[in-house]
Amino acid sequence: MSLLCETPRPSRRAVLMTGGALFAWAYLPRFARAADNRDPRLIVIVLRGALDGLSAVGPVGDPDYAGLHGDIALSLTGPHAALPLDGFFAVNPAMPVFARLFKARQAAVVHAAATGYRERSHFDGQDVLESGYAGPGHVATGWLNRALESLPAGDRVATLGGLAVGPSTPLVIRGAAPVLGWAPQSLPPPAGDLAARVLDLYQHRDPVLAVALQKGLDADRMALDDQMVAKAIKPKGGLDSAAGMRQAAQGAAKLIAADDGPRVAALAFDGWDTHVNEGGATGRLATLLGGLDGAFEEFEKGLGERWKDTAIVAITEFGRTARINGTVGTDHGTGTVVLLAGGAIKGDRVIADWPGLKPAQLREQRDLAPTSDVRAVLKGLLADQFGLSAAVLGDKVFPESAAVKPMTNLVV
Amino acid sequence: MAIPASNSQPDPALVASNRFGLGAKPGDRDRIAGDPRGYLKAELRQPDIAMISLDDPAYASLLGSTPAIQASMAANVQRKLERERMAAAQPAMATASVQEMPAQATPARSKPVQPKPAQSAPTQAAPAQPMPSPTAPAKPAVPPVEARLFRAEAQARFDKAFRAEAGFVERLVYFWSNHFCVSAAKGPIVRASAGAFEREAIRPFVLGRFADMLMAVERHPAMLFYLDNQQSIGPDSRAGRNRQRGLNENLAREILELHTLGVGSGYSQADVTSFARILTGWMMAGREGRLGEPGSSVFNANAHEPGDAVLLGKTYPAGGMGQAEAALNDIARHPATAQHIATKLARHFIADEPPPAVVTRLAKLFTRSDGNLRALAAALIDMPEAWSTPLTKMRSPFDYIVAIRRAAGPGPANDPGQSLNWLSALGEPLWQPPGPNGFSDQADSWASAEGMKIRLDIAWQAARQVKDIGNPNDMLDAVIGPSASLETRQAVARAESKQQGLALLLIAPEFQRR
Repeated sequence: MSLLCETPRPSRRAVLMTGGALFAWAYLPRFARAADNRDPRLIVIVLRGALDGLSAVGPVGDPDYAGLHGDIALSLTGPHAALPLDGFFAVNPAMPVFARLFKARQAAVVHAAATGYRERSHFDGQDVLESGYAGPGHVATGWLNRALESLPAGDRVATLGGLAVGPSTPLVIRGAAPVLGWAPQSLPPPAGDLAARVLDLYQHRDPVLAVALQKGLDADRMALDDQMVAKAIKPKGGLDSAAGMRQAAQGAAKLIAADDGPRVAALAFDGWDTHVNEGGATGRLATLLGGLDGAFEEFEKGLGERWKDTAIVAITEFGRTARINGTVGTDHGTGTVVLLAGGAIKGDRVIADWPGLKPAQLREQRDLAPTSDVRAVLKGLLADQFGLSAAVLGDKVFPESAAVKPMTNLVV
Repeated sequence: MAIPASNSQPDPALVASNRFGLGAKPGDRDRIAGDPRGYLKAELRQPDIAMISLDDPAYASLLGSTPAIQASMAANVQRKLERERMAAAQPAMATASVQEMPAQATPARSKPVQPKPAQSAPTQAAPAQPMPSPTAPAKPAVPPVEARLFRAEAQARFDKAFRAEAGFVERLVYFWSNHFCVSAAKGPIVRASAGAFEREAIRPFVLGRFADMLMAVERHPAMLFYLDNQQSIGPDSRAGRNRQRGLNENLAREILELHTLGVGSGYSQADVTSFARILTGWMMAGREGRLGEPGSSVFNANAHEPGDAVLLGKTYPAGGMGQAEAALNDIARHPATAQHIATKLARHFIADEPPPAVVTRLAKLFTRSDGNLRALAAALIDMPEAWSTPLTKMRSPFDYIVAIRRAAGPGPANDPGQSLNWLSALGEPLWQPPGPNGFSDQADSWASAEGMKIRLDIAWQAARQVKDIGNPNDMLDAVIGPSASLETRQAVARAESKQQGLALLLIAPEFQRR
């Protein structure tokens, strides 16, 4: 408990306010960054189903936390003690890799964050999160793809395109910019020149399918180049299982690490809708968080020396109720966490203007009130990694969001 | 937006077999050609066409949801006892393994309970269990009862699809099953009963009334369990006051958002919470049988929130189970529900962006006919747009695999394993959608890079396992017909082998689009 006294609560806002001035060099033009031999990468992990931010990174220093989150609240004591981050926040013990990266200044948390969406439908919430639009109803293109499209013509990152991991392409990376698709699978490949013949037929009769198939074949070829990966990609589980998450990251890392591989990638992990028996330090959510932690570890391992240039961001459509519901789970809420990891992240920080958990401080007396905008975090990453301007980010990438300023100082 | 090269009026026979049906079998086109609309409508007149009857000897291995859930409950007890026995026998080793595994994922090591005495084949009677080695958990000698029931249900679904005439009514079954989806990933109870749920709550009503299907779905144990109503307890009910448990709003929200009114149709958070109170008490009877036969759907008055409740501005007087029935009956007939269902049906059968006029006509008919789903199905067939809109949608993975089987032969007998693996590889694992909104119904979702690569692999694998391939050119005529493009004809005709020719047919645009 002594840890709790060390961090005065107002400091969290201070962290947010002071950062920008010190690190203005992050906004030097891109050619300046090229001179320091950086080759930035951005990996976006969408956690579908609404992650309970208060169980992933618990505000153990908030006196109201334990009472609200009840049996599933994280605690610094006991057999499954949470891993302290800064004296006020502690991460779920299922995430030792994230805790290690945090201490090594390669992981950070933005807490009490939400998109601009304020209803509680998963599907609309995911559409807003992934499309980057202010409201639901836009499902053709995602913000990550539009970010690629917004790069100057001939830009290397834009030319190399994006990577979508999984059998279907997450909305966040759908759009006009080229996207490679890849998923762990193990069917015997066709013999002879069947693929070439089909491509020829598609090019004449169905160009859309031709493009899709060509990309699928390309991705498979790249991932299979390495015998070790070839052996490892027998499907181990869906992307709602810990093994499946780890495996998806392993394959994706291989593709992203390649010199001519994509520089941005999107993965979607399912299963975070924990209405019942969510568990806290152990249980269902902890198992999923362990899968996410495994994905961070696989990226760290697989990216090798490219890890230092990589930023990974894990985002979810909204948070969950601060108070546990009648079934030891949580219902749909608002504020939650954004998790950042990677060698490019300026780590060892929980960035939060903490709103508090007293009844009057909760949104509609039930949800963690949002004080940071998820889009600000994403804009900050896109600005720092790829040099996109605030104007482009506020108009084309995240339409009608000029008022949401990019969060500065997220990248080393 | 996916737009195939040709925008001319599609071949009516192809519309009947692909847009509305499950794909042609050799010989089907002769029956369709003269009167494609009549061919489809004939299915709507056959009584019980959608049913899978347990009286049919072909489906003898299936169980109703209640005995299926009972078998799962019994197996769960066995698994628990087995774990405890192991823990007592070898404390150090067992403790280590239990700590590492989440409870839900603990593999079954016990002998599963036989669901039906008649079913126990000699191969399944394997009481002698080898001791697990310290390094690896023992592989069960028989698959857990949930997995066996699941596979039997999957086999029944594939068989029914293979045997169907046009398959339009089966397509309706899949549409509604995806609209009202449950997921086997929830746990053993849903895995054991997902197939039974479809047979009991969807199939009997696909040509009946929407309100009846809604009622059957929302009180089915698989749905109550999947969307957590099993656990939701009225805070002021007797059970709520005694046990310090309370509401779970999952089922209430998804009924309003997904099953009936649709998102953004005007209900509020207060409506969701109020509806959750109304729905308390709708439960599945537990293993002890205190509330009724274990695994059956029951009303638990002790858990029901007492008092009147307001939903969408209307007050539903306290009335036990009838309170939720009255509410469901009203929202089933709400104009927003009509609009929501009309849009989804038109999107499924016509285009990702359906013609607004089609949606309007279907919504009006929904309201006028009191949700008569047979009338809606017939109206879809009668829509001129259904016959003029280009075939730009993609076959879903399930429909693609069924179309392959219907064109090229049924695949491995009595073993749905290959088809189930294909479905998972294509991103549509059977009865296991990523969320309660079901699988996507947009062409883009299924025409992904990864998806197309896997479709190609599957076409090749399917073509390779056909023992006696006839002339692929004749098969093209039989399955696609005269509207096959010149390029597709040439590609099939010039293939280097019969296998390759058949694979080209199974991957051709005319076989993918609908």
